[in-house]
Amino acid sequence: MSPRPGFVLEVDRSTPSTLFWHGEGYRLEKLPIGSRVIYAPEPFHALRDPDAAVRQALDHPLGDSQPLRSLLRPGMRLTIAFDDVSLPLPPMRSPDVRQRVIEAVLEVAAAAGVDDVVLIAALALHRRMTDDELRHALGSRVFDAFAPNGLLWQHDAEDPSNLLHLGQTEEGEDVEINKRAAESDLLVYVNINLVAMDGGHKSVATGLASYKSLRHHHNVRTMRASKSFMDRHHSQLHTSNWRMGRLIAAAGVKVFQIETTLNTDTFPAEFRFLQRREWEWSLRDRAGFLATSKALERTPAEIARRLFHSIKSPHDLTSVQAGEVEAVHDRTLQMVHAQQLVPVEGQTDVLTMGLPYICPYNVNSIMNPILVACLGLGYFFNLYRNKPLVREGGVLILSHPTPWAFNPVHHPSYIDFFEQVLAETTDLVEIESKYEHAFATDPWYRHLYRTSYAYHGVHPFYMWYWCAHALEHLGRVVVVGGDRAAVRRLGFFPASTLADALEIASDVVGRDPSITHLHAPPLLIADVS
Amino acid sequence: MKALVFEHNLARFAASRLASAVAGSGHGVGIGPLELLEIDPPELPGQGWVRLEPRLAGICGSDLATLDGRSSRYFEHLVSFPFIPGHEIVADATGGRFDGARVVVEPVLGCEARGIVPPCNACAGGHKGSCDRIAFGELAPGLQTGYCSDTGGGWSAGLVAHESQLWEVPAGLADEEAVMVEPTACAVHAACSIGSSSSVVVLGAGTLGLCTIAALRAFSLPGRLLAIAKHPQQRRLAAELGADEVAAPDEVTRAARRITGTFGLGHVEGRIERLAGGVDVVLDCVGSAQSIEESLAIVRPGGEIVLVGMPGSVRVDLAPLWQREVCLRGAYAYGSERRPEGTRPTFELAFELVEAARLGRLVSASYPLERYEEAIGHAAAAGHRGAVKIVFDLRRQSRLPRMTSPKEAE
Repeated sequence: MSPRPGFVLEVDRSTPSTLFWHGEGYRLEKLPIGSRVIYAPEPFHALRDPDAAVRQALDHPLGDSQPLRSLLRPGMRLTIAFDDVSLPLPPMRSPDVRQRVIEAVLEVAAAAGVDDVVLIAALALHRRMTDDELRHALGSRVFDAFAPNGLLWQHDAEDPSNLLHLGQTEEGEDVEINKRAAESDLLVYVNINLVAMDGGHKSVATGLASYKSLRHHHNVRTMRASKSFMDRHHSQLHTSNWRMGRLIAAAGVKVFQIETTLNTDTFPAEFRFLQRREWEWSLRDRAGFLATSKALERTPAEIARRLFHSIKSPHDLTSVQAGEVEAVHDRTLQMVHAQQLVPVEGQTDVLTMGLPYICPYNVNSIMNPILVACLGLGYFFNLYRNKPLVREGGVLILSHPTPWAFNPVHHPSYIDFFEQVLAETTDLVEIESKYEHAFATDPWYRHLYRTSYAYHGVHPFYMWYWCAHALEHLGRVVVVGGDRAAVRRLGFFPASTLADALEIASDVVGRDPSITHLHAPPLLIADVS
Repeated sequence: MKALVFEHNLARFAASRLASAVAGSGHGVGIGPLELLEIDPPELPGQGWVRLEPRLAGICGSDLATLDGRSSRYFEHLVSFPFIPGHEIVADATGGRFDGARVVVEPVLGCEARGIVPPCNACAGGHKGSCDRIAFGELAPGLQTGYCSDTGGGWSAGLVAHESQLWEVPAGLADEEAVMVEPTACAVHAACSIGSSSSVVVLGAGTLGLCTIAALRAFSLPGRLLAIAKHPQQRRLAAELGADEVAAPDEVTRAARRITGTFGLGHVEGRIERLAGGVDVVLDCVGSAQSIEESLAIVRPGGEIVLVGMPGSVRVDLAPLWQREVCLRGAYAYGSERRPEGTRPTFELAFELVEAARLGRLVSASYPLERYEEAIGHAAAAGHRGAVKIVFDLRRQSRLPRMTSPKEAE
């Protein structure tokens, strides 16, 4: 049976309560009659033989690229870059798709007699991956073959000896990327396209770039003009990356792009109720919901966090394509859209969403308040095409505990950003002009980024800029069940219950607003007409 | 006349110490050595002395430490009992060359006030705060007015002062501003004692901390000034008076790291234990073991910690002081300061700063002497209650206390 497409439910008297994610937990909320709930399409079927699909993609590339084996020769320098720990979410069960693809690439390389091979985790300004995370992404065979020999690198955007400035785009954007990658005879990039935002020229131009290069598109002006991040033709972030990607190609860097798409089968069997429509819950789903809800009520936050972060997603591979970057990405986007697009008629006054425990930047970590804002306003708000789900001046209601808590190893500059910068102002332009440079060049943050497991000093700024479009568009943001002080520090309104949140929203949208709930994850893109 | 008299009574002293230790500062006043008594005005000790009738008299942190029984035994030989506290004084003078004038008292009882001729080197050099004869001469021991049994103090209807201690208040300066001159002079002295530094931290944002921030901005031009303030009102005032950044006490190490760009050490549970480098100068306006430990944690090797707030007996790990060759020193009282335009009396600079920075707004509430327990309780909890400086108002004794909110004071 074919998977069912996405669905927009109109709440009536018989509609059961709707599940809202709430960090390391969830809430059942009774939405007002007439509200809409948007459900993701059901997961596409997995490819029957994913390894064969990978080999097929390598042998039959898209665009003007030759098959991978034709690009390889003895004595050449081969670099294989791959997406880091921020993808996929949650981390997928073994074997990770990166392992499948990289093993296949290495087999072809070995057959061609290539022996100068380096793997690079494309961190951009993200934290370094731990050995366990690398082993999980690459598999033990690859990890053990490369890591002990110093051939498994993590991109260091602050290592001047391993960065190469390739030039400036016609818009004056510096393009500076990893030197080993730029000087290789072939750069193979292995991507996971979980959402439409990923991949394409963004893989190399962002993943392997330096701060000097990234600041040209990770800024307030560009983020405000990205409507949305999920629609690359209307996203300045992507337009900038595409200019850079083309310059990288023109500078002679030969990129062989391998992109993969996953289905929306996000949670394992014991949490399957999280991706089912509530009125279709089986007895087993109800039992699962009740059992985990009761258990979580008694579980300390730290243990609940560990429990959720131990979830491995059953995501399956739905497509793999390789070759020239733009041709590959066009095919990838078709697959992502086919899996995730849900037609939605018209905008809404109030958009509600429950935010889960995880976003790209807190894998095995704490979802601090800045990341809550980024996930809600940066990612979920942007899960649209054509028009935002919520009308201009409307209200966004998030559900998340928003703890005033930070992982000091992963997010040291976030703590200072929250304590110092947001205490003074939430204004994006002021923050960018007054504080960004100091954080971006702070030697201690640089040290921790390079030698520990810290995000770059500038990263919290980017997370805040990520909210730029939403902050400009929305009339108010309300957070249900969040730490009140932390929510206020973000410039948002705290509410104890959804009813309170709707009451707070009524100041902006009146007493009888239209309400839409984004039932994600699983992820979807609302195609708003 | 009415006066709050501090007796040498060990039993009451111990009771006060216990009460304040258990219930908090200011809670031992009712059972301590301080009593409101009807006494005779003090005798004029000699030539050059005049009578003063206080208008306003402030309650200082050192007064609170004395009343709480927390002050150091070091002072035992530098005070004489019974004494009437109160050294932040604006008063009306009777007699001598200040007859009829409104004056501020410079309370240090140096050689000139004590009739010591020739004066010690410090007094001769204009540095009264460093006078080495404060227990000698024609007066009973007492480092300042307010701690000497012969002079009386500001917490009374009358006291005596030597003409060398008096500064006439300009007509345009309100009493609330004039009473701030003495604590401001302490801050000016501290600020003028440090050179130009690229990073300065002021720990504490009570009266002394806030005045120090203002003084640093006026007289020392620090490159980057971080203030550590606990309460919202203090945070607002610290920023208004010139702090570049204001942080909460639990953010001190992290905030100091931010302004210096140095590395953190002992990075556990979101807290940084100490800094690898640090700030050039810490002005500690608290004077507790914790504040000195914090100062040592954030000052750079070769840097300087200046104790502006009065410390007591504290237990501090001095290993970082030794290993980092940190200079720890005090900044007490006033005298004269070297300025680009020449040497100038600290009080003269303080008068200018009080007016320029509108420091009269720091006076938050005033009480009559009769309500001294409330007044001292308010002063002890000033930050928590959104106040800064609490004063006794002796202008109309029978009136109910006049509460001045900081907003009104502005």
